[in-house]
Amino acid sequence: MFPFSFEWVWDAGHLIFFGGFWYAVSILGAGMTYVILKAAYETMCDGEEHH
Amino acid sequence: MKQENTKTHKFGMVIDLDKCTGCGSCMVSCMSENNVPFKDDESDKKKSITWMRVYKLTNGKSFPDTEMVYLPRPCQHCAGKGGHGHSPCVSVCPATATDYGYDTGIVSQIYTRCFGCRYCMGACPYHARYFNWWDPKWPEGMEKYLSPSVSPRMRGVVEKCSFCYHRYQAARDIAYSQGDKNEIPEENYQTACTTACPAGAIVFGDLNNPEHKVHKIVNPDPHPDTFNKHVVGKSRNPNVFRLLERLGTNPKVYYLSEREWVRKAGDNYREGEWDKIKNHYGATSTHG
Amino acid sequence: MDSALIPEGAKRCSFPKFYAGIALVGAVVLWGVFAWILIYWKGLNQTNMNDYYGFALWIWADLAIIAVGGGAFFTGLLKYIFKIDELKNIINFAVIIGFICYSSALLILAIDIGQPLRGWFIFWHANVHSMLTEVAFCLSAYFAVLTIEFIPNILENRQANKVPFFRHLAHNMHGVMAVFAAAGAFLSFFHQGSLGGVAGVMFGRPFAVREGLFIWPWTFFLFTWSAAAFGPCFTLLVTKITEVITGKKLVSDKTVHLLAKISGWMISTYIIAKIIDTIYWATVTVPSLGFELSHFYSNNSFYGYSILFIEIILCGVVPGAILIMKSTRENPTLRLVAIILGTIGVCLNRWVMVLQVMAVPVMSFDTWALYIPSWQEVATTILPIAYGIILIAVTYRYLPVFPQEHELNHANEADTVKKEVLTEDAIIKEAVAATE
Repeated sequence: MFPFSFEWVWDAGHLIFFGGFWYAVSILGAGMTYVILKAAYETMCDGEEHH
Repeated sequence: MKQENTKTHKFGMVIDLDKCTGCGSCMVSCMSENNVPFKDDESDKKKSITWMRVYKLTNGKSFPDTEMVYLPRPCQHCAGKGGHGHSPCVSVCPATATDYGYDTGIVSQIYTRCFGCRYCMGACPYHARYFNWWDPKWPEGMEKYLSPSVSPRMRGVVEKCSFCYHRYQAARDIAYSQGDKNEIPEENYQTACTTACPAGAIVFGDLNNPEHKVHKIVNPDPHPDTFNKHVVGKSRNPNVFRLLERLGTNPKVYYLSEREWVRKAGDNYREGEWDKIKNHYGATSTHG
Repeated sequence: MDSALIPEGAKRCSFPKFYAGIALVGAVVLWGVFAWILIYWKGLNQTNMNDYYGFALWIWADLAIIAVGGGAFFTGLLKYIFKIDELKNIINFAVIIGFICYSSALLILAIDIGQPLRGWFIFWHANVHSMLTEVAFCLSAYFAVLTIEFIPNILENRQANKVPFFRHLAHNMHGVMAVFAAAGAFLSFFHQGSLGGVAGVMFGRPFAVREGLFIWPWTFFLFTWSAAAFGPCFTLLVTKITEVITGKKLVSDKTVHLLAKISGWMISTYIIAKIIDTIYWATVTVPSLGFELSHFYSNNSFYGYSILFIEIILCGVVPGAILIMKSTRENPTLRLVAIILGTIGVCLNRWVMVLQVMAVPVMSFDTWALYIPSWQEVATTILPIAYGIILIAVTYRYLPVFPQEHELNHANEADTVKKEVLTEDAIIKEAVAATE
């Protein structure tokens, strides 16, 4: 999973497989981070409007 | 200090089926050498762990033409299609718990790494892999007789014949201490089943070393098979064959028999196919 | 008692009735959990698996539920990427079914492995050449996608939605759902495929092995295709069952017809590919390895040619044909027959690609091996079904799963009221006329 595991080899197989995996995970992570931060910001704005 | 062999070995075995009497010494010695666990009730053979298993084959003919043969089957230590080390089990193991040693040709099993998915068992057509369905238990006092060189396995992992790898390690240590780390003398590394066979039916050694008896008997073809590019290391001895050679698993366990029906039983042939190709498969090689 | 949680305007059964039902199914869950504990405590000797059957009922169940759960990714792909807006009426339910299927698959895998505490090794020490590694990575990642797709629906619960942050979060998640759906489709393509690859790469098993494209055997593509084809069948089947149990129309005919039509075309194209694959395998691959086709379908008491007929013709060609023709597709009975056959067909395909692979002897002196699962295996396989029923019941009760529910049911009620009023009017008019 990580380059420091002893079975890791810097070959095309590892780069393609983990490249694809981490790419998908980053999209999910980035997407969720974005929507959570945006929701938090909008919630704060709601609060300010009430005051 | 790290010990490395720069010379590539290819350890293999040839079993003379015409000599094998089916006595089972190989199975017993294997179990005791490798701390193979057993149960009170071993009647269900599909749940028994037998790294070395002896099959009984018959020619299917009735008396007085009945013939039978005993076929000992250890792990075949397949080199995979084209001999690149992608054996059926190694290529499928998801956790890299089984590995192909490019320096020895031995397929290893890392017990503490295996998490017991059993994909390797499904992939092996020889049923050479066994699962520890139970916790290993030995009768009281018997644990004192366990070999200290081989780690016992825990419940929930797969195990199989290792070509007595610990004996290879010991032989390598000796070779290293004697200065020639690449040279493993034939007599220094022999598997338990080989040494136990009273009929001398099992011959073990380095298929890459022309001095070794196993190489002399097998005389492996250095070129890929002309009929099937996936097959490498085919024997040029007309009486030597491998199990399921046509699948391209490229085992390093060879079998020897002068009887044609025995050689034919080593693989699958369609109606009439054997007669057409027996001069190639299991008989004489085109590279002879 | 729990009316504050029930979606506004929705009619649900009484609280005691609901929880009595849940308790009943919960008993089945407990039975499964008991078997699970037994298996973890005593080991896999509690199963009837053996060294010939390293893969058995559980792996079949895994493959089957992931195949039928394929409706989630495919419907998501059609809705969010291909913008087929009509499917918004069923997407929530498809996601819930997918969530149940995938969580169940992960649960069964966790039960199935010999050393459960080492389960994480498949990630940590991954062998990228193994199809099972690809399955584990993509399946877990796609389960994360399904969870993400499920969250907005949960947050739309009447009480949760009152929390401003949750309201905004659900809204924002809907906004970027296309990105998640695209990632889900990508991951699904690979894990559905690699589940097919699990069998196809076993070159020591002539019954399973297939040639293919680069590293992927044909089964890789066939599995993805069949999951996309039959997954919607299962979504429609569960929808139908839910409608029967609730006594309500939950998804409009228009949506059902559309999804059935898409499924029909996918099944038909898949089955053509499957037939070509089978013919090529039977006439080229198998003979080249020294086997006759009859070797795989004779000399045993269970696997005959009939299994091939049932899988491909009865549960493949037939449902495909029913669903692509408008007249049969829009006939509720025939459609139901088709989606049931389709669901059976894909499950049977997975059975064959797991169990029959293990059963067929490969060495010339080996024998057929048949297997009957133990009660512990059966209980742990039923466990996820019971869990699925509970989750569907709870989500249906408390979440706005079906956007058309109100329109399809309350609109009818309104019509009935209107008709009654009209009838009363007529009576009054008649009475007035009579008096005059």
